Amino acid sequence: MNLRSLTSAPRSGTQLDQDVMLDDATADRLLELGISRRRFLSYCAGLASLMALPQSMVPGLAAAATARTRPSVVYLSFQECTGCLESMVNSFPFQGGGTIENLILNLVSLDFQQTLMAASGDQAEQQLRSATNRSGYVLLIDGSIPAQGNRGYFVSGEKNGVVRFREAAESARLIIAAGTCASFGGLPKADPNPTGAVSVGALLRQLGIKKDLINVPGCPPIPEVLTGVILYYLARGKPALDALNRPTMFYGRSVHEGCYREESFEDGPHARSFDDAHARAGGCLIKLGCKGPVTHSACARIGWNQGTSFPMMSGHGCIGCTEPDFWDRVNTGGTKGFYVPLGHNSSATDPINEGPEQRGRTEGTWGHGHEDDDEDDDDD
Amino acid sequence: MATAPNVIIDPVTRIEGHLRIQAFAEPDGRGGGVIRRPGLCAATMVRGVERILRGRDPRDAWAFTQRICGVCTVVHGVTSVRAVEHAIGIKVPRNADYIRNMMIGAQYVHDHVMHFYHLHALDWVDVTSALQANPAATARLAKDNNPGFKADSGALPNAAYFQGVLNRLTSAAGDGTQLGLFGNGYWGHPAYHLTAEENLLLLSHYIEALAWARDVVKLHAVFGGKDPHPNLVVGGMPCTLSSNPGRVSEDAGGTSLNNAGFAVIRSAIARMQAFVDQVYLPDVLLLAKRYPEWAGYGATAGNFLCYGEFPEPTLVKTEFADGAGDYPAGYLFPRGVIWAGNRDRLATFDPALVTENVAHAWYRGSATGVHPSVGTTELNYTGPAAEGGSGYMLQERDKYSWIKSPRYNGQPMEVGPLAHILTMHARGTLPTDAVVRGYVRKYWTNPASAGGVGLAFAQLNSTLGRIFCRMLETKIIADQMTVWYQGYYKGRAGPYWNPKTFARLREPASWPKVVGVGFTEAPRGALGHWVTIDPGSGKIENYQCVVASQWNAGPRDAGAIEGPYERALVGLTLADVARPLEVLRTIHSFDPCIGCAVHIADPDGQPLVQVEVRHAARSGSLV
Repeated sequence: MNLRSLTSAPRSGTQLDQDVMLDDATADRLLELGISRRRFLSYCAGLASLMALPQSMVPGLAAAATARTRPSVVYLSFQECTGCLESMVNSFPFQGGGTIENLILNLVSLDFQQTLMAASGDQAEQQLRSATNRSGYVLLIDGSIPAQGNRGYFVSGEKNGVVRFREAAESARLIIAAGTCASFGGLPKADPNPTGAVSVGALLRQLGIKKDLINVPGCPPIPEVLTGVILYYLARGKPALDALNRPTMFYGRSVHEGCYREESFEDGPHARSFDDAHARAGGCLIKLGCKGPVTHSACARIGWNQGTSFPMMSGHGCIGCTEPDFWDRVNTGGTKGFYVPLGHNSSATDPINEGPEQRGRTEGTWGHGHEDDDEDDDDD
Repeated sequence: MATAPNVIIDPVTRIEGHLRIQAFAEPDGRGGGVIRRPGLCAATMVRGVERILRGRDPRDAWAFTQRICGVCTVVHGVTSVRAVEHAIGIKVPRNADYIRNMMIGAQYVHDHVMHFYHLHALDWVDVTSALQANPAATARLAKDNNPGFKADSGALPNAAYFQGVLNRLTSAAGDGTQLGLFGNGYWGHPAYHLTAEENLLLLSHYIEALAWARDVVKLHAVFGGKDPHPNLVVGGMPCTLSSNPGRVSEDAGGTSLNNAGFAVIRSAIARMQAFVDQVYLPDVLLLAKRYPEWAGYGATAGNFLCYGEFPEPTLVKTEFADGAGDYPAGYLFPRGVIWAGNRDRLATFDPALVTENVAHAWYRGSATGVHPSVGTTELNYTGPAAEGGSGYMLQERDKYSWIKSPRYNGQPMEVGPLAHILTMHARGTLPTDAVVRGYVRKYWTNPASAGGVGLAFAQLNSTLGRIFCRMLETKIIADQMTVWYQGYYKGRAGPYWNPKTFARLREPASWPKVVGVGFTEAPRGALGHWVTIDPGSGKIENYQCVVASQWNAGPRDAGAIEGPYERALVGLTLADVARPLEVLRTIHSFDPCIGCAVHIADPDGQPLVQVEVRHAARSGSLV
């Protein structure tokens, strides 16, 4: 399913069943918020479809999205680049006449988000304290955190990263690590990890805090994935997760499996160079270093920026950004790099339960070619 | 101590990154005060991107540097590919220049509009006052201020529309316990003085701009596959024309550069231009008319630097050669320097005069300043442990920030929109320069009777002037997008990538440079990356960035000369020292991007950049 179909007006005969029953409270709330019922249901149905949920769950999603008492979300940023927030803010699948802003204003109570919040300084810190003094909030984290707080690599509000994280984590009912830095350490943790950066999960272990954790990796994550996970959690609780704590509904399949260039993966013709005839015709980018076969994400299925495109559609291979330590992935010939091929004589799957620790060792199975061996001609 | 800081903002919110401000306001006895000395501006987070780049494939560097900042996502990527292209002597096809211009341009328009509404507006707009507005009166104001503008829903902004906005805001405000993002602002502060209707009008545009922004960044998605962090490639662009542009279904294969993609781009450009003309421009003018006193605050020392941006693709004909002159002669924003606010003279920029020093930054190294290509860097945190107790304070005599202090010819320089407008104004040779001169006259210096705000040209160097210049350059760029798109579309069947690129990386003997430099003008100002590629391994030996917000937000230098943010606080009159709204207004007028400003780290104490003398001798220039 592509978001293009999700964002256009509902067509008759699709899964957007007009008979979906909403409870009175939800219907009243939609009316009060000025949200078109039809478009809203279209959004929820599309979201359910993306998450591979039965359409019978649509009313539950709708109710969660319009609940009068909004769950408190505290969004804390550490060693990050604000790309995760940009992604979340800049894209949203529901084009029901600008009314998605209602959801931003109404789905959750975003009680601390330092890039958007009105309050600054002491008044911002008061907001944080009062939000974290109430229990039951969802803690959203972007950025990795330096494991040694006292080295000064992260300080905000006069508290180092470890202290600031611990204070917010202790009373949270759920922690969502948004983006690859929070999920797996990401860019700051890339070799040689100059600041000793760790993921949210690693810091929780270090501090001995046991909490539900959902990783929503991606650099940045697809916004519909992030908001979909939040909405699912509000409606149904914790989703099924893989061994890396990623929701399987979005991370259960590889990018490769949804990519239209996959057709030529096995037998070619492959693009051999950017801008060549095969690149223009939609040939597989595996020889240009695409990491789609070993990367678990819904990019090709959902599309980016309301289904406008996704990396391979715009001619560049997948860089593998939802996987742990993707910055340091070792490819064919023991070489790192986004333009170094994985190899193309292997099957198109990467065992999902193979933890990041094993990952590096298994790369050798990805063929034995080298990017420079352009002569190994088997695809034209 | 009598002058211990009594104005402390930590964290400064509505910015990218992590920033702390300290200042001393001399009390006026009525709760207010005046800041008479430069403040202290501290960046409090570091990651070490440049260190991470060492030893990596130069083709990958753009992806790493892009993640310096997700707000400035395109410009760090483009600067990096330019630096590597410069190092190995690769020219990119004209299509790539056009597409990069459009991508950078879209980032400017997107970023500046979002800065105004989502990061800066709440310094001028009182949300609690907006809740008292009369919807019918707001609709009349909208008709007058923003003629022609229709909401994203297609609705005319009439009384019912504004009642709907009010409902949403009150719904968000709820019973007062769930104010969410609008909670606990400096509401009711005496420095807010828009009417309730003006407040509601601008808040409605805050909401509209969210929907608008999602559409305009689709341009990045068509060319780069996604936004933020669209894909780029050394040697051109990875995107290419679909073999089957008329068939837009994915099943037909091809690429995103098909008729559907072109329609998205045209629509994005049209939406940019409409929103800038109908909403952003008139809203900034409204703000300027209500807050003209802010042309009297927030001035920096008056020295401005611009590296030049938006090369005119049809003029690119310079071969890569040593020293200056490697870059196209024709830029929309000129390369040059303005000294002492001189409105008529654009001085030549000499890349060799850029230095960085760490006198007050948490690094070991030269306190007096060295060129970025020969600097050494070593983390040296000497600040408080920040374990959560009281007594945390930074001292201006010590090291106090993760930002190094860049200087040009030894002077702190302001970079960004004000520098862009002043350099275009001073150059005055391109048709767009004449447009800039016309707009400055029409909207800034003309008296109110002629539609302006009646301010002096020199007052552009101010908090309000920065906001005005940011809007003005957005207008220039949004209009120029059409020119670039048409230029690109005409030649779209041509090449997008230089096929010699990857092979050239394996032929170091053919490289004209050992140190490559990439310059761009980011939305926040002058941005440079220096890359050294080891000819033996073909890997990155060293990488160094000197970034826009580093110029503006950097700390004092060895001579205790403060950076532009710190300087701009001098003279601010605070109505309420406990609620320093005026400080936020001035800091936000620079649009801080602290993730960008801090990016250097090397805990091992090894030099980040080692340009050996033989390299310098061979290239004939340290640049």
